[in-house]
Amino acid sequence: MGAEVTTQLHGTGIGRGVAVGPVLRMPDPLPEPDDTASTLTPDAEKERARASLAATAAIIRHRGERAGGSAKDVLEAQAFMAEDPTLIDDVGVRIDTGKTAERAVFEAFAAFRDLLLSMGGYMGERATDLDDVSQRVVAHLRGVPAPGVPDPDHPFVLVARDLAPADTALLDLDKVLALVTSDGGPTSHTAILAREKSIVAIVGVANALALSDGTEVIVDAAGSTVTVSPSAEERSGAHERAEQLKNARNSATGPGALADGTPVPLLANLGSADGAEDAIAKGAEGVGLFRTEFLFLDSTSAPTVEEQKAQYVRLLQAFSGKKVVVRALDAGADKPLSFLNDAAEENPALGLRGLRALRANEPILRDQLAALAAADAETDAEVWVMAPMVSTVEETRYFTALAREVGLKTAGVMVEVPSSALLADRILADADFASIGTNDLTQYTLAADRLLGSVASFQDPWHPAVLKLVGEVGKAGQALGKPVGICGEAAADPLLAVVLVGLGATTLSMSPSALADVRAELARFTLDEAKHFAELALSANSAVEARGAVTTAAAAG
Amino acid sequence: MAERTVEMASKHGLHARPASLFTQAVAKSGLPVQISKDGGAAVNAASILGVISLGIEHGDTVSLTSEAPSADALLDELVALLGSDLDAA
Repeated sequence: MGAEVTTQLHGTGIGRGVAVGPVLRMPDPLPEPDDTASTLTPDAEKERARASLAATAAIIRHRGERAGGSAKDVLEAQAFMAEDPTLIDDVGVRIDTGKTAERAVFEAFAAFRDLLLSMGGYMGERATDLDDVSQRVVAHLRGVPAPGVPDPDHPFVLVARDLAPADTALLDLDKVLALVTSDGGPTSHTAILAREKSIVAIVGVANALALSDGTEVIVDAAGSTVTVSPSAEERSGAHERAEQLKNARNSATGPGALADGTPVPLLANLGSADGAEDAIAKGAEGVGLFRTEFLFLDSTSAPTVEEQKAQYVRLLQAFSGKKVVVRALDAGADKPLSFLNDAAEENPALGLRGLRALRANEPILRDQLAALAAADAETDAEVWVMAPMVSTVEETRYFTALAREVGLKTAGVMVEVPSSALLADRILADADFASIGTNDLTQYTLAADRLLGSVASFQDPWHPAVLKLVGEVGKAGQALGKPVGICGEAAADPLLAVVLVGLGATTLSMSPSALADVRAELARFTLDEAKHFAELALSANSAVEARGAVTTAAAAG
Repeated sequence: MAERTVEMASKHGLHARPASLFTQAVAKSGLPVQISKDGGAAVNAASILGVISLGIEHGDTVSLTSEAPSADALLDELVALLGSDLDAA
């Protein structure tokens, strides 16, 4: 396609934003260096390796100094890896057997990466850092640009296959106008990052990788379209709409409510007490999901009751007088903790995780609940506690009984497994509330691994089967007078948020940066309209149809 | 040759942050130091990858040696590091 021709690409938009800018492609990873015999002497290869390792360390360190903050620490650690004497010795040993510098560097880093992976936990996570450094050194040896996040001196639209956490940690978000990925669904890391940071994004754009550097594009998340080489009118239209969105976002304030005044409290998803201030500034009316994994992830053993209590107190003090829903430790599948479950599982998403893992380690659960109860007693936030991945009525009774035994007044469960949604009337007869985790509920309903790019297209919470299950929980909540919250990524999609309220959700919890857009969208529709949208979505045959039908109806209304 | 033996005090062993603090202290000194665990093979103490690969846990006995004539002060400093709770640092 010529650059002068306007074309449109389609994917799944995240949020409602729009942005215009030049494309920059994320370079593809380098192919593995061939294991062919070197034509140079070992000393010459060693000198090449030494020079490239030193140059790479210097480049990484320089980038770290420019980036500052936590990125500086990450990059400083990477620079040390490139300078590591044990690694340099290992590269030398491999070169002595006749390998090229490229191959020796590649193999030496790979060996350490495997070692770190086998150690698991925090060290396992550093394995991707080693891969990144290895790629940079090999690129330097070959004299080609280093793969990895582009770092130009102008704002750009980043186009990539998908983004890994290691990539986004180094991304200068101030320069990223929009993200476009060819792979990944609405719950991919890219999508989550985009929601968290309010970056315009479209994921799963089939032809995205055909875009070349420097091409101007309009990224329209609300329409899920990428317009390539737009006309002058299209460009000014996009700028105008970006301005309007900014104004709408700034003017919607106060508690979440529908157009007819029906209150829909808007809560924040938080991963540590650090985000509390920002969440309140963005208008969070409480916390709908406080993840407690951060207390445990760097540890090889569980923290003490006192250590945990101090963190909970910090959080609860920030939300004095407001509701704070704390989720008990949710380990497993994508976030394993060796002291909870050490067994290798073929299907970790279907294994000993969530409440199942806690139950197998009841002292850890008891400690956590006791720490939370103690923090509750010292503060005046309204503390609710919930168990992750509950799949039976019996598990519900087990958890709520334990929570009440230690003195926590409000105990509920997360509905992430279809069995819990289907039996919500019985589960809510015992639990004080339910909170629907739409990411896992979608994964389990459509039997599609959330972390697997090849099945990302199944991972769409607009799917009528998922919405039907949400509706079951909504109905049960209404019949029994029990609150039903949503705390998955779905609640951060403004239009889907309206549908979820129509299905019976009473509160919505999301990344704080998504609050403004959702608040503005809720204010546009009445409860009757929300219910009508829910009917439309439920009667669709697919996620795409459901989204399309509701988008059309919303535009007409 | 200077030599010291110390019991690892940090609750989580010599992983991650403690290992990086330790190896940087060695690297900054410019002196050659070897580290080994429970009498096993010694590795360069300035190498974070080498140190991590030893898998030193809380309570392990760690030996530090240096051929440098002026290493006594450095080894004392390193022993103090390993004997303190580096996680709290």
